[in-house]
Amino acid sequence: MTPIPRRSRRHMSPPAAALAQAASGSLSRRALLGTGLAAGTGLALTGCAPPEPPSGGVASLDLPTDLSDEEKILKWANWTAYLDMNGKETRSPTLEAFMEQTGIEVSYTEDIDDNDSYYAKVGPQLRAGQSIDRDIITLTDWMAARVIRDQLCQPLELIQMPNVVSNLLQPLKDVSFDPGRQNSITWQSGFAGIGYNREKVGRELRSLDDLWTDDLKGRIVVLSEFRDTAGLVMQSQGVDIDSDWGRAEFESALDFIEQKIDEGYIRRVKGNSYMEDLTSGNAVAGITWSGDIFVLAYDTEDPNWTFTIPESGGTLWSDNMMVPITSTHRRNAQKLMDYYYDPAVAAQVAAWVNYVCPVDGAQAEMEKIDPELAESPWIFPTAEFIADSNIQQFRVLSADEDIEFADLWSSNVMGN
Amino acid sequence: MSALAPVSQVAGDPGIHPVASAPETQKRSWTAYLLLLPGVLWLGVFFLLPLVQLAAVSLQSRYPGFPGYYYRDVNFSNYAAALTDYAPHFARSFLYAGLATFLAFVIAYPLAYAMAFKAGKWRNLMMICVIAPFFTSFILRTFAWSQILADEGWVAGTLNFLNLLPGGAIINTPVAVVAGLTYNFLPFMVLPIYASLERADPRVIEAGGDLYANGFTTFRTVTLPMSMPGVLAGTLLTFIPAAGDFVNMELLGPQRGKMVGNVINDQFLAIPGGYPVAAALSFTLMAAILAMVFLYVRRFGTDELV
Repeated sequence: MTPIPRRSRRHMSPPAAALAQAASGSLSRRALLGTGLAAGTGLALTGCAPPEPPSGGVASLDLPTDLSDEEKILKWANWTAYLDMNGKETRSPTLEAFMEQTGIEVSYTEDIDDNDSYYAKVGPQLRAGQSIDRDIITLTDWMAARVIRDQLCQPLELIQMPNVVSNLLQPLKDVSFDPGRQNSITWQSGFAGIGYNREKVGRELRSLDDLWTDDLKGRIVVLSEFRDTAGLVMQSQGVDIDSDWGRAEFESALDFIEQKIDEGYIRRVKGNSYMEDLTSGNAVAGITWSGDIFVLAYDTEDPNWTFTIPESGGTLWSDNMMVPITSTHRRNAQKLMDYYYDPAVAAQVAAWVNYVCPVDGAQAEMEKIDPELAESPWIFPTAEFIADSNIQQFRVLSADEDIEFADLWSSNVMGN
Repeated sequence: MSALAPVSQVAGDPGIHPVASAPETQKRSWTAYLLLLPGVLWLGVFFLLPLVQLAAVSLQSRYPGFPGYYYRDVNFSNYAAALTDYAPHFARSFLYAGLATFLAFVIAYPLAYAMAFKAGKWRNLMMICVIAPFFTSFILRTFAWSQILADEGWVAGTLNFLNLLPGGAIINTPVAVVAGLTYNFLPFMVLPIYASLERADPRVIEAGGDLYANGFTTFRTVTLPMSMPGVLAGTLLTFIPAAGDFVNMELLGPQRGKMVGNVINDQFLAIPGGYPVAAALSFTLMAAILAMVFLYVRRFGTDELV
């Protein structure tokens, strides 16, 4: 019998054995430590037979019983500033309307700060078949791809979601990581480009190369999401990031970024907290996400904050709602997904978050709320705008590339 | 046991009848073990189990082609990677932690001395001031420093105005990291030193003067040796957490030149399949600190500490 390969967090036997051994043996602290270590290594030694391939989250998709009819509750994990909020930022008008309409009690938490750290937390639990106490999680394309590949989310019943079927924008209906959208539904999309303060910079920034000047030295922040930062740099090096490219192109972008860090142009490579550097004045420009800059302009009451797509192009990404494999409220989740694909509701959300709205018909509804926003290419980009600005999606990486590039990025750019 | 118990009672004073005292001590020693039980259980469950678990993880191998999966193995290459790829990070961690410990000592000793001998009615107030930062979260305080030291904050602004800041910035430099570490762990240095100084018998110090030693000599030969247990405890309490810290580097530090804590954090959270190397790094860090502390305590240690 070959042992089943295990996730690191599920080893219970070595510690248990160590405890048993320690409890029966002598009890000095040092001896306890010694037996523990010995037991651990001993068991590890016995366990190095050639492994069997892992089977993913569940062997066959046997879904948990759906309790949506009995339990009118729904728990939704999302990112910060990603839903319309009134006044004190505690209640969402659209969400309250949904609760009134359906009688489903929604608990909305902004507990996703970063794809990696969130998935590092819930992934092992889902693999072990444990509940993560969430019925919808919202993750970016590439992470959604990973979740779907690992079979850690439930297939959705599109037939139950007429709004989604009719209103999901055509290009989003068939994404590479989820053909036919059987597992995930887009929440919002956005761009990565150059965000800067026109007054503090003192001029227009048009291309990525405009960032590497002496007056901006050490006042640039870039995103820690490598698909955006390395993506933009690759585009400036003439690579079509949505088509075929390999490790060589990625490494050349890394070299460029490393060089800019070493020379002191790039001050920090950060997650969403880059906003703090822009607010505190440590940085005045950088590679940022579109909606954040509009929120920054609104929050600081400084209209000089500008977002632009560099001449060489920018990236387009989406965040996707998924139902974790262990959730027992899939039907409730589907109701909520469908609700947010009502154009009127979608327009209400878009007017607040300023990210790209994935709902067909929301633009017409936006006319009623704010005609100016209805014209905004950052919320309702036309196909021409996307093509003219050379906005592309970072191509889907294979499982091996995914690790390889994350490793390269992390050891060379992030943690050196 | 129950048969023996009445015998000892009948026998009376155990001091006079040493034979009868044996069960008595045995009973007492059982009580001692019982009293130890919660502590031992706690250590077993929350210290030993995770430690063994960590050791097991640090020897695992990545499952090829399946990100995030591992199989149980005896893979020492994780340790090789930890030591070769990340040796500079270890060195940096120990350097920054050492600097922070030294600075904290330099700041803390006079403070503790003043609190113990000179403060008078201000002593309680000073004590509160030392402890007060603990009422706010560690992360929040470090965040606050990142705001205070920001380029457009008044500290950097004033220094820049006076042309005293060579790089033009305080934040995102190693200086900010060491300052942050010093600040965050200062109370751990002040309190033990204060405790040992406060316990010192002032008459012994007076005696130094009576024997015609000047102030400095008295301090060097009497006060400082008496406070050594506190200094030792303080330096350990500062150095150990500072060496493993990643928050100060993350919030105040530069992009290049991270500490080992940041590497561990990255390996755990950002790299799919990074668990074994992260665990190996944690273990190496622990072992290195343990070795250093062992040597340090042997060199400077006193009976009062252990």
